[in-house]
Parts: sequence; structure tokens; C-alpha cells
Amino acid sequence: MIFENILLSLQSLKANKMRSLLTMLGIIIGISSVIAIVNVGSAVEKTVNESMSSFGASNIYANVSERGEQSGGGGMMMLRGPGGGARIRTGGANRLSGKTPTSSDLISDNMISELKEHFGDKISGVSLSLQGGQGRGQELELYANVSITGVNADYELSLNPVMLHGRFITDTDVENYSTVAVVSDRFVYNLFPGKDLESALGEQVKIFKEDKIEIYSIVGIYEYEQMGMGGLGVSDADTTTGFYIPLSIEKLKLVEKNYDSILIIGGNTQEVVALTDELTFYFNQLYFNNENWTVGVTNMASMLDSISETLRTITVAISAIAAISLLVGGIGIMNIMLVSVTERTREIGTRKAMGAKTFHIQMQFLTESVTVSLVGGIIGIILGNLLGMLVTPLMDATPTIDVPIIFLSFGFSMLIGTFFGMYPASKAAKLDPIEALRYE
Amino acid sequence: MIKLDKISKKYFIGQPNELEVLKGLSVSVDKGEFVAIVGQSGSGKSTLMNIIGALDRPTSGNYSLDDIPIREMSDNQLSEVRNEKIGFVFQTFNLIPKTSALHNVEVPMFYLGVPKKQRRARAKELLQMVEMGDRLEHLPNELSGGQKQRVAIARALANNPSIILADEPTGALDSKTGRLVMDLFHKIHKEENKTILLITHNEVLANETERIITLKDGEIISDSSHKTVFTKGTTYDF
Repeated sequence: MIFENILLSLQSLKANKMRSLLTMLGIIIGISSVIAIVNVGSAVEKTVNESMSSFGASNIYANVSERGEQSGGGGMMMLRGPGGGARIRTGGANRLSGKTPTSSDLISDNMISELKEHFGDKISGVSLSLQGGQGRGQELELYANVSITGVNADYELSLNPVMLHGRFITDTDVENYSTVAVVSDRFVYNLFPGKDLESALGEQVKIFKEDKIEIYSIVGIYEYEQMGMGGLGVSDADTTTGFYIPLSIEKLKLVEKNYDSILIIGGNTQEVVALTDELTFYFNQLYFNNENWTVGVTNMASMLDSISETLRTITVAISAIAAISLLVGGIGIMNIMLVSVTERTREIGTRKAMGAKTFHIQMQFLTESVTVSLVGGIIGIILGNLLGMLVTPLMDATPTIDVPIIFLSFGFSMLIGTFFGMYPASKAAKLDPIEALRYE
Repeated sequence: MIKLDKISKKYFIGQPNELEVLKGLSVSVDKGEFVAIVGQSGSGKSTLMNIIGALDRPTSGNYSLDDIPIREMSDNQLSEVRNEKIGFVFQTFNLIPKTSALHNVEVPMFYLGVPKKQRRARAKELLQMVEMGDRLEHLPNELSGGQKQRVAIARALANNPSIILADEPTGALDSKTGRLVMDLFHKIHKEENKTILLITHNEVLANETERIITLKDGEIISDSSHKTVFTKGTTYDF
């Protein structure tokens, strides 16, 4: 009975191809856009998660930030951690109120030593870095762009580089003010083309920075990884790669020797969340008497959470807008079904004369509207996934197919067909057979 | 078999324009009779046919078909009666559009719940009987008027009903095809011993039947049983 009704509906769909397509259009557009949006959204979320967690999930950031500040512009990212008001910055201090923290407001080497002592093996290291700006390695007409960073040995824990040859900057380098550098393989390729990577170790390189020349000898080579969307459209020869030198060397060049942000790497046994809370407490005590400045503590996990949450909210919001077209589609179905009922009044009369009961007529039209919206839904599911696969690579993410949303869409289009088919079907079923047979 | 007892049908009851279309009709038809119901338009023919066909209920009076009282039935029960006991043939054929001849004949059996295979076989058999065996898959718009009516007659016979109700079955046909359709009714009457009620305003056609009931203003003014010898092939002026 049901099966034959479905066949019957498919027949009538086929008989009015153009009309059926137009009827389904609303559902097709609605379902396909929701699916495409959800797929792109979850693909981007997944990619962001993956690239962010490669930075290290046990990393905890401590930043000097202005008291009472909740949000604002500037900086690469600005996120509220669980402690509230914690912010992450890259690059120099960003002062919204125009105030600049004095040297005593910043985190000093002494404070870091005390911190290490206080937390013991709860933390496995404190990664420190100072930006040394852009420079250029030059050897005759060959060059390689670099971004210079002064680092300590623990920086390796947070950077987590793939070392191809040699070693990373060590504490000894820092203590001895060694003029050594860790460079990327790309740097070596650009500056010493044709040279074996390993033999580049020990080479002296000249770095031109503004009007100064600094000379370092290479002690380590790491594998350069292109990150996300950065570096697109830049040729290999012009790519800027990280150039790491001992922190102490960089400090020699800087006036401000304290840090506005440090990165604490949790120990293996310590829960990151618990450690974040302990660090928050620690810094709160330390900065208790500072009227303007405090230290916000946040970790990668909570940052990831809030990024994911934001992405999900955006996805849901856009999907909700797209879902409005489903409503429009449903009304379209109801409209066409009402037309169909009127058009087929005589058929309904004939069927009733032949013995069709109210239920039979109702089922016939209900099946038809469900079939229309289900076929529309299936087309929408296919189109939506194709669209998602086309768009996702443009966002530098790997395409995903969300299976639950497919089932959800399937069920939802069935629901729309049922809901919006109900009224036309009952209208058809209520027709008086005598009137219907006489209908012209 | 068909028993109408003081049937009346009123419209607009209690309103100033109250209309009594049937005024206490009483008549009965036995199994196997071929009856013509004639009368001018407005005489109440169609209303009577709707009541006999269980499409409508009388305002008062009793109607029983095969000893089943029809008056108190619900809409769905009426559907069952129509499905099992009545075969309709309409002036305008009323085949279901965009549906093959075979499927059209299957419709009444579908609502009776006959399994598909049996339905198919019976529909084929009936279409062969009305000499439409070579057009099983044709759609209504691919058939001529006479062919359509033959499919409709096959459909009317599908559930082996007690009565065939034919409302001006030749009204939309030319005289030649009308003749063929009438011949088919005679054949069904003789070979299947079906009770046939033919509603017409054509006296020539009515004279071919065994009994003529004449209606005027909602009342029976004559009911003449007569046995005419019908000669096949005689031409009539429609």
C-alpha cells in the first residue's frame, strides 16, 4: 500500500518534471546550504584544532595585561581564559588605554627563577623569547629572509621543531653569549644552493639588519613547515623563516630586558587546567599591589575551546538563516499540493466512487508531498556535500562529510513533507465525491 | 436486490429555497435486470443515481442494497459499499489521467486490497473481454472515446459488483461507437448476468432494455416492464 503510493507519487513527479523541480527547489537550496555550511564549518574547526594543538596542548601563557580590561582590538588573538580577562598577545605590548607598563610591571628573569623554584617539577620549562625583528642573510647575490628571535633552551619545548641536523639553542649558549643560530632548511637552500644540508652546520652567515651586520655560525637546522594561509603567493626564495639565536645575545641589543609574555610548559604529571589555576593564583599574589597591571594566565586547551565554540556558534547561526529557506520550501510544497488537489478534483471524485476511503486519499497526497520533499532533500544532501568539498579546500581545510547531519536532513525533509502536506491531503480527503465528480 | 422505500431527497432544508428533488420514491430492482431510468433534465435522475450508487444518503426513506441498509452508514462504510457492490460508468469516462488502462482497471481492486499479481491478471482478463487486450499500457489520452469507455466498463466490473450504474454512457460518443458500447452492456448483461441500471434521456436506447422507469419532477410516472427482442446490429438514431 505505502510502497504503491510511493510508486504512484514518483510517477506523478515524473509526469510533471519541471513543476516538481521548482517545488523541490526550496528544499534543495535549504538542505544543501545547511549541509555545505556545516561541512565547511567542521572542516575549518578540525583544521584549526589540529594546527593549534601542534603548538602544544600543555602550553600555558602568562601575559602582562592591563587591569579591568576585558576586550579590545589589536594583537593576533585576544581570548578570555577561564580566569577571566586573560589575554594572549604576540608582538609587542598592546596598550589600549595608551598606558605602557614600566619595566617593573613586566616579568623579570628573577621572577621566572622564583617561579621555577616555586613550582618545581610541576612545570617542565619556561619558554622565553624576544623578537629581534626582520633581517636578511646574504652571501654575494644570494639571500634568505629571516625573522630573528632570541630564545632560551626551553623554547624548543614550545616550538617543537623537527631538527634535521645539529641541535637547538642550549642554556650554555645563552650563558656564554655564543653567536650561534638555528636556521631552517629553506634558509640553507636559499643561501647555499646545492650544498648538502649537514655540511652547512658550522657555516658562518652574515645577517643584515637595517644598517648592521651580525655574524652567526649555524649549529642546527630544522624543517620549515608552511603554516596555514600564511606565505601564500610568496616564492620559496622570498619566504621568511625563523632564525633562532640565544636569548642573551638578543638582550644585548634591547633596552627592555623584561618580558610581557612568557610561556610555561606543564610537567607530564600535572593537569594543565589545574596548573593554569595555580599559576593564576601565583601571579595574582605577585601583582596584588600593582594598581594597573596584572598577569593573565591561559592555556591552549581553553583557547581551542573558545575558538571551537566561536566557530560552532557561527556555523549554527548561518545554518539557521539557511534553514529559513526550508520553511519557504515547505510552503512551496503546500502551495503546489493545493494546486494539485484542485487540478485532480475529478480524479479524487472518481477514486472515491471506486471505493477509496478518506484514509486512502489522505495517504496518497501525503505520500506525494513527502516524496517530493524527500527527493528534494536527497538532491540537497548530494549538492551540499559536493559544495562543501569544493569550498573547503579554498579555506585551507580538509573536506569532511558529516554523517549525522545527512540523517538529520533526511529526517527533516520528511518532516517538512509531512507537515506541509497534511493540510492539502486532508482537504483532498474531505472532498464530497458528488461535487468532485461534477467538477470541471 | 435494490429496494428503495419512500426515498426523498431535499436540499437547503429549513431555508426559504428548500428544494425537494425526490418525492418519496419507492421502487425495487431484481438481480439480473437491465433497467433504464429516463426523464428530462431536472427530473431527479442524477440524484436517484447518486443515492443508488451510495454516493449520497436520502433525506428520508430507506434504501437497501443486497439487504444492507445504506442510510445509516458512515462515509467510509459507503466507500466500502461502492467498492464492493457498485460499478460506475460515467458519461465523461473519468479515467485517471497519466495512468495506463491496466492501472485504471486495477484501481477498485487496489482499494479492496487485492494483491498486485491477482489484480494484474484480473485487469488483463477484463480488458481482453472488452476487446482492449492490445492497449493495456496505453494512457487515457492515447485512447479514443469509445476505447476509454470500454476501459471504464472493464474497471466497473473489476470487483464483480452487484450492479452496474451507467450514467449516460454513450452521451459523449458518436452513434457508431455508442452502439458498440451499448452492445457491450448487452453482452455483460447476458453473459455475466449483471444487474445494469442505465440512466439516459435517449428513448431509443431505453427501449433496448427490459424495463423503463420514467421520472418526472422527482416522482416515478411510469414503470414498464417489457421484453423486447433486441436484434444485434440494428442501427439507431442517437
